[in-house]
Amino acid sequence: MNFSDSIKKYESIDFKNTFSSINVKQVESALAKDTLDIDDFLILLSPAAASCLEAMAEKAYKSTLQNFGKTIQLYTPLYVSDFCDNHCLYCGYNANVNIPRKKLELFEVEQAAKHISGTGLKHILLLTGGSEKMSPVSYIKDCVSVLKKYFSSISIEVYPLSEDGYKQLIEEGLDALTIYQETYDRLIYDSVHPKGPKKDYFFRLDAPDRALKQNIRAISIGALLGLNDFRQDGFFTGLHAEYLQDNFPCAEISVSVPRIRQAAAGYIPSFNVTDRDVAQLILAIRMFLPRAGITLSTRESPAFRDNMLQLGVTKLSAQSVTSVGGWLSGADVYEKLEQFSISDKRTVRDIRKLLKDKGYQPVFKDWMNI
Amino acid sequence: MEDCLSIAGKLLSNRLFIGTGKFPDKRIVKDVIRASGCEAVTVALRRVDEDSEEENILDYIPENCTVMINTSGARNADEAIRIARLGKAMGCGNWIKIEVISDNKYLLPDNMETLKATEVLAKEGFFVFAYMNPDLVIARQLAKAGAAAVMPLGSPIGSNRGLKTEELVRIIVNEIAIPVIVDAGLGRPSDAAACMEMGCDAVLVNTAIATAPNPVKEAEAFNLAVKAGRLHHLLGSIKTMPHAKASSPLTGFLRDIK
Repeated sequence: MNFSDSIKKYESIDFKNTFSSINVKQVESALAKDTLDIDDFLILLSPAAASCLEAMAEKAYKSTLQNFGKTIQLYTPLYVSDFCDNHCLYCGYNANVNIPRKKLELFEVEQAAKHISGTGLKHILLLTGGSEKMSPVSYIKDCVSVLKKYFSSISIEVYPLSEDGYKQLIEEGLDALTIYQETYDRLIYDSVHPKGPKKDYFFRLDAPDRALKQNIRAISIGALLGLNDFRQDGFFTGLHAEYLQDNFPCAEISVSVPRIRQAAAGYIPSFNVTDRDVAQLILAIRMFLPRAGITLSTRESPAFRDNMLQLGVTKLSAQSVTSVGGWLSGADVYEKLEQFSISDKRTVRDIRKLLKDKGYQPVFKDWMNI
Repeated sequence: MEDCLSIAGKLLSNRLFIGTGKFPDKRIVKDVIRASGCEAVTVALRRVDEDSEEENILDYIPENCTVMINTSGARNADEAIRIARLGKAMGCGNWIKIEVISDNKYLLPDNMETLKATEVLAKEGFFVFAYMNPDLVIARQLAKAGAAAVMPLGSPIGSNRGLKTEELVRIIVNEIAIPVIVDAGLGRPSDAAACMEMGCDAVLVNTAIATAPNPVKEAEAFNLAVKAGRLHHLLGSIKTMPHAKASSPLTGFLRDIK
């Protein structure tokens, strides 16, 4: 059984009516519990819970402190190719967008790796566009082989692979996978992915299952907030994370809460997701899944990240460059072609100082290739 | 005569072991060790960053304090063994805390894999400290496999819930000849004292100290509690020695009955 089987019984929920029928009393009773079940999680995502954010924050703060201490793990993304066969309406690398494309040569990957490792970071997230032809598993494998000389943990965020694809990369030194479902609503998924291999909702949905069957160490999942009601996608994200924790207890499961940013595609999100909404989602996830990692990327503003880091967040990206070649010295035009725009432009050094000033330990290394 | 713990080829006068994770600043670890008099700390190899400009946790551990590498992150015996060997190759010594977690939801240790790793590493000359669910049968097998100590959990790691496994730990203390160190879940100094009163040889504390408002003072508090509990245990042992008892105050009359 995969998550695609397990999700089905939740798809018939009438979320609109369910969420609006939840009252503050139910929220308070969920907040009084030590261990939350999926119903409690749903309650904490409701509009009624939005009026209890302070109480939720108090619990989330304590839970994070107890389970993670005052530590925040740092990483940065490295985009190696922006060739893409998909037509995601919200993405700057959409195949329809007429931009010059680039794929890094391995010596360029090495050059970028050297630059990044100079910041002290030991965790790297390798990204490609969704073109299996231009960035096949063999290319990703070669990139992993280069990166492992410089980093102690390597994650990828690429198109979903077959089990064998993950196996090859894990054997090469990959230890973590990030894959966002974008939205768990099948109809919306279908409409924002009009063409391309990404149209296959279930193949993407079961990618974490496939990687975990190959014994990958860590998985990060999430929905792209703004494509759908954040409460509904937030619920399914939590459900998915819980499923992965239950079925692959060896794995380290993390959740990310990316919000749509302005991208070259010019997409305007159908759903406005406010800071309060993202905060509510993070707090609810923290209480529902006390040991799950929570990532907040540089898509978010410095002020929001600074305030949220004690309320559930355990990982921050820093000094993100979301263009291919952006890390190369003397980077040219490609540097400006970002997949999405960065809101928090602070360097690793800045983030390190911020964390220390706030009494947090920046964790540069939390894994090693054994 | 000073009451020392003879363990893994060393004599320790302090019975509080401290874990170095979760501290808001690595530099605090040094003050915590100094304030508590702690002589042995655990360090997760996954977080040791030797070739970086960042502070290395090992730099904050005084020379007279023994480093015990832990295998945090290991999901099975094989990974734990590889981490132990890697730690040794990096110059971190041969004290190894085997921590095999195949359950990331509750972070409970995998006793079977821990036993397998212990069997291999003890033969290679490591002093193995085996973090475990308190199970007498496994504890016996760990001792037989050459473990330097068993480390039963008091309650789930990081939970601060205290010594919830008291009865099971007591059985291990009673039955196992190698040192017993309660590790994980101790939330208050009184929990540590309770372990020591019961006869545990030492305790290991991390979360309760690292996440306290004042970790240095909290470490001092735990240190005092460990000492108090140990002292009580020693006094208790004397009191229950046969020659220290009044002779049969309740049944003495039976001697006169024919």
